[in-house]
Amino acid sequence: MLVNMLTGSLEQGLAYALMALGVFLTFRILSFPDLTVDGSFPLGAAISARLILGGTHPLLAMLTAVFLGMLAGLFTGILHTRLKIAGLLAGIITMTALYSINLRIMGRSNLALLRQPSILTIAQDWGLSRTGATLLCFGLVVLLIKVLLDYFLHTELGLALRATGNNPRMIKSLGVAPRKMIILGLALANGLAALSGALVAQYQGFADIGMGIGMIIVGLASVIIGESIVRNKKIVFATSGVILGSILYRTLISTALRLGFSPTDLKLVTAFLVIIPLARPKKGWLQGLKKITFPGKEAD
Amino acid sequence: MLSLNNVSKVYYPGEPNQQTALVGVNLSLEKGDFLTIIGSNGAGKSTLLNIIAGDIEPDTGSIGFSGAEITKLPAHRRAAFVGRVFQDPMAGTAAEMSIAENLALARARGQKRGLNRALNKNSRQEFSRILKTLGLGLEKRLDESVGQLSGGQRQALTLLMAVLGSPKILLLDEYIAALDPQTAQEIIKLTREIVKDLDLTVLMVTHDLNQALKTGTRTIMMDRGEIILDIDSAQRKKLTVPDLLERFARVRGRELSDDRILLQTR
Repeated sequence: MLVNMLTGSLEQGLAYALMALGVFLTFRILSFPDLTVDGSFPLGAAISARLILGGTHPLLAMLTAVFLGMLAGLFTGILHTRLKIAGLLAGIITMTALYSINLRIMGRSNLALLRQPSILTIAQDWGLSRTGATLLCFGLVVLLIKVLLDYFLHTELGLALRATGNNPRMIKSLGVAPRKMIILGLALANGLAALSGALVAQYQGFADIGMGIGMIIVGLASVIIGESIVRNKKIVFATSGVILGSILYRTLISTALRLGFSPTDLKLVTAFLVIIPLARPKKGWLQGLKKITFPGKEAD
Repeated sequence: MLSLNNVSKVYYPGEPNQQTALVGVNLSLEKGDFLTIIGSNGAGKSTLLNIIAGDIEPDTGSIGFSGAEITKLPAHRRAAFVGRVFQDPMAGTAAEMSIAENLALARARGQKRGLNRALNKNSRQEFSRILKTLGLGLEKRLDESVGQLSGGQRQALTLLMAVLGSPKILLLDEYIAALDPQTAQEIIKLTREIVKDLDLTVLMVTHDLNQALKTGTRTIMMDRGEIILDIDSAQRKKLTVPDLLERFARVRGRELSDDRILLQTR
């Protein structure tokens, strides 16, 4: 039972880890509060489900999801950098627009993938168990993305992206247009979120219009949990922390379920999970609580 | 090499807080010129630098560089030939990135940035070598984040970064004002050496009249958006700070009043 719970958390944690890496890229690397994720995650699920049902190879369906997710990020980026719409609002606008687009893609609010091929069934055809196939596939995809992301963030372009989030005035004085970096970062992050959505759809066997609700908070929770465990700020460690955070988040959620929380209460649990580390109280009981839970990370 | 022709700038035109920053400024600099710029608050010194860097577009007039007009060229495109150090030591470096990464960012100044690894053995050796010239021991701390450095160390690093990637013009905006006197002296000395080595054209804003006369090859004084004194290197040799104040009073018909300047002339 406990083993089941832990493998389940591991599987889900890996599937959602890519979305969390996307949130890490926007919120932490780029210092851009991007809420597009709530729309780009189900976008990835919707398009991959629709394509798989239409007979497309699951891998191609996933690539299409990445591409469309990047377009969504690009759109938010253009709203912000060209049309000068505030970052938070730009993400909300795209997210809202994507709700209709996702419904269009799916044709209805829920698409089941019963007895459809997926990257998981492909791996199962090699003789692996369902769990083995899931862990292998998701593990490989997450590892590949992590390595690529780590590499990218150490390239000349990646450095410019990181500096844009850290000190935009400086990077401008060194010849980089910050808005290009913002657009690039948003596109990458939402490509990851959509890929994550495509994995989750194949894992749970359906795509649902509501599956993106609160996704940004789930991503933030993963990032924050990861940061509280992996303190080293170097990129390689930070991205590992995010993946670990995503897995731990799923473990916490399944623990909450075992403790008797109703599945419908989970968003409430997640919301509180995020409030405590993000709050910056000057004094009072929350400050004391934070000192216990996050030593050395006090409000400044 | 660098020329400003009849450049004017008004902030918030037509509004109650309208502010004239530059009035028909003409300025021409040759390669190797080291210009120091003095003047009280609101004289237009920083606006002048911002206009050269491309952060601000002038209302009228034009800016020329090496025979081309660059008036409309955005700041990030001018970065290829303009290096800059701000007054705030935090402004010129990315605190969460390592020393080596900051240098790599600066070295690619104005170039297309691609998917090559930004740091490799060669570039790290090169960065070690140039950091050694600072004499601050930073060459042993390549992988530490810049946020760990003191203000003076950060400003020294920023200066190094501002001249990496071979810019032609160096803009220094009160860049030692936030440092303690000893560190400031060391940074000034370092600046002289670098500028001489690389034969840069420099514009340095300072509120220290003494330093303005001692540093560089030419000094201008600005007041209310105009260049009111332009002192070449021959004249500067004989000029003292009291002379300068006296000339200001003669030209403007009033005393120079700026606490920051007057305090340190006593």
